[in-house]
Amino acid sequence: MEWLNAILQGTLLGGLYALLAAGLSLMFGVMRIVNLAHGVLAVLAAYLGVILTTAFHIPAFATLVIVVPLMFGVGWLIQMGLLNLSIVRGGLAPILVTFGLAVVLTNLLQEVFTADFRSIQAGSIATDSIQINDQISIGVFPLLTFVVGVLVIIALQVFLSRTRSGRAMRASSDDKDAAQLMGIDNRRIYALATGIAIATVGLAGVFLGIRTQFSPTYGDVTLIFAFEAVIIGGLGSLWGTLLGGVVLGIAQAVGAQVNPAYGVLFGHLVFLAILAFRPTGLLPKAVNA
Amino acid sequence: MKIARSLQAIAAVAAVGLLASACGNSLDAESSGGAASSAPSAAGSAAASAAPAAAETIKVGFVSPLTGPLAGFGEPDTYIVDQMGAWFAANPIDVNGTKYNVEIIQKDSQSDAKRAGEVAGELINQDGVDVVLAHGTPDTTNPVADQCEANATPCITSDAPWQPYFFGRGGKPEAPFKYTYHFFWGLEDVAAVFQDMWGQLDTNKKVAGLFPNDPDGQAWSGAFPDLLKGNGYTVNDPGLYENGTQDFSAQISAYKKDGDQILTGVPIPPDFTNFWKQAKQQGFTPKIASVGKALLFPSSLEALGDLGNGLTSEVWWTPTYPFSSSLTGQSAAELAQGYTDATGKQWTQPIGFSEALFEVMAAALQKAGSADKEAIAAALSGLKVPTVVGNLDWSAGPVPNVAKTPLTGGQWRLTDGGQFPYEIVIVSNSLAPEIPTDGKVEPLS
Repeated sequence: MEWLNAILQGTLLGGLYALLAAGLSLMFGVMRIVNLAHGVLAVLAAYLGVILTTAFHIPAFATLVIVVPLMFGVGWLIQMGLLNLSIVRGGLAPILVTFGLAVVLTNLLQEVFTADFRSIQAGSIATDSIQINDQISIGVFPLLTFVVGVLVIIALQVFLSRTRSGRAMRASSDDKDAAQLMGIDNRRIYALATGIAIATVGLAGVFLGIRTQFSPTYGDVTLIFAFEAVIIGGLGSLWGTLLGGVVLGIAQAVGAQVNPAYGVLFGHLVFLAILAFRPTGLLPKAVNA
Repeated sequence: MKIARSLQAIAAVAAVGLLASACGNSLDAESSGGAASSAPSAAGSAAASAAPAAAETIKVGFVSPLTGPLAGFGEPDTYIVDQMGAWFAANPIDVNGTKYNVEIIQKDSQSDAKRAGEVAGELINQDGVDVVLAHGTPDTTNPVADQCEANATPCITSDAPWQPYFFGRGGKPEAPFKYTYHFFWGLEDVAAVFQDMWGQLDTNKKVAGLFPNDPDGQAWSGAFPDLLKGNGYTVNDPGLYENGTQDFSAQISAYKKDGDQILTGVPIPPDFTNFWKQAKQQGFTPKIASVGKALLFPSSLEALGDLGNGLTSEVWWTPTYPFSSSLTGQSAAELAQGYTDATGKQWTQPIGFSEALFEVMAAALQKAGSADKEAIAAALSGLKVPTVVGNLDWSAGPVPNVAKTPLTGGQWRLTDGGQFPYEIVIVSNSLAPEIPTDGKVEPLS
């Protein structure tokens, strides 16, 4: 029963990882950019949530209405102002830009909000649970996080496969020169992709802020787990990211059940095993030309 | 191919990133050190011109974590260093009739043990300081003290239990350190305080242990079972977990299975929040929770929301402590109020210790009779000084180099419309009867 519980709680944790990793996966899928500022952007969104709940007394979940569009704007501006300029320089340049952005943002957050730990107060939902039996009960909030994580992945997948902009995005991803010849403005498509990616980070950030306490440096921890979820699932594949998140979550929970010291370690081991034996990930995207 | 290439790129970026952050760090420290030192030294020279006799100057280095995950410990330091700089500018230390101006050079350890050692080295070798002060967990105190010991420079540290400070640095009671001195409480004190609080409630004496795999977690989990055995408490420790663990269901099911009614541990704040919420979700409800580290700062409690009400913790210092500063004469309450007035923030426990470092430095200088490093180190070895955190006595320590401070136990309670949402109520003073209690432990609801 304990093992079943570990797998169940691990799966729910995987939903959080998938939610955190969705934007990372999308940006890599479309532009081949590894966004190292991903974690700190999630923390930025969490701080926005704190401001809105404490200063304006907006309920925790209602802040999403403001935070998500705002983060979309942040993503759009980052792409238009920074990444589009560096992407033409190829390979490393945009990654270095995101690294710089992460350092600047972390220090800015520290300057503005100090190193104090903060959290978004969401009331009793944070601790409510559904009791299954004596030994297993499921937290309402982790369940909600999992559902939202799955919905975000589905929504992104539908967007990419069914909408005009989504198809343009895939076209840019497959061959940006050919896409341009077909009349697609790559720069705008990239800005849209980053905007959407950072909007999902905004969503994830608010959930993270409700779930735990964070400080400006908390982004590093989240980046590592999100990054592992993406790699385990397969770079650039959204379904893979969901699967990767769940595999990582279960590995950590089951590892902790063996011995609490092995929780995080098991996650890293699965990650390394995937890199060693199946470097394309569990659900690799079809290789592009 | 593409993926292999991107992974290579990532590895390269990581390497470049490390380099870049290393460079960034040193730049940052230069500027912060320079900014901090300029004001007091300007004030110092003003005082020097006012004094007719030839005035001496003692250079003091101050290392603490101002940024990074440990920054909570260093939060009051900018205020304290400013205050002490202004105080010494107006009141130079009187050493047998000679006035000593004090120049303070502040450095940021960036919550990194390696960095803390580096800036201590810079202070000694480049800035030529006479004494180094440092505080904020063993990650700050130990590398700084090691650096000072190696460079024969007196060092005064605090805010780390004395066992990780003394034994963690390879100290032996029969062969003590010559230049480095520390004041704080020890693990035996925290175990005694916790047991005194638990004894106020009726429990089955089964203790759930939540210990991380870091220096504090290792020291606590190693020492607690023996320290608690005498009173019949048994510790259920499922094993050390890594900091940053997101899922605690394994620990929670182990605690539930054992029927533990008491929780203790020394987790970092985000991990404790994760644990505590999951414990509520999964139905682990101890009668009392006494937790170190995660519950030190009011901001951590505020971040827990209503869930923090009734949690207990060890208390190093509060404004209700009946001590006052040997330098400024300020009481503990006045010191804390001054901080709140200047910053708008609630008092925190390191404030008293940060100030007391300067008290010890001044007392050692007066006893030594000059800023000579050997003389100051010799003076420190048997120093007795009454400070705002209690009466320190280096001749009576558990080991040489260490003076103990009084420890009490407190329970965080939601205030009813006060200036700040939480306040800590002293509920255990068995180790320090001179400090008044404000109530008894109330069980968690």
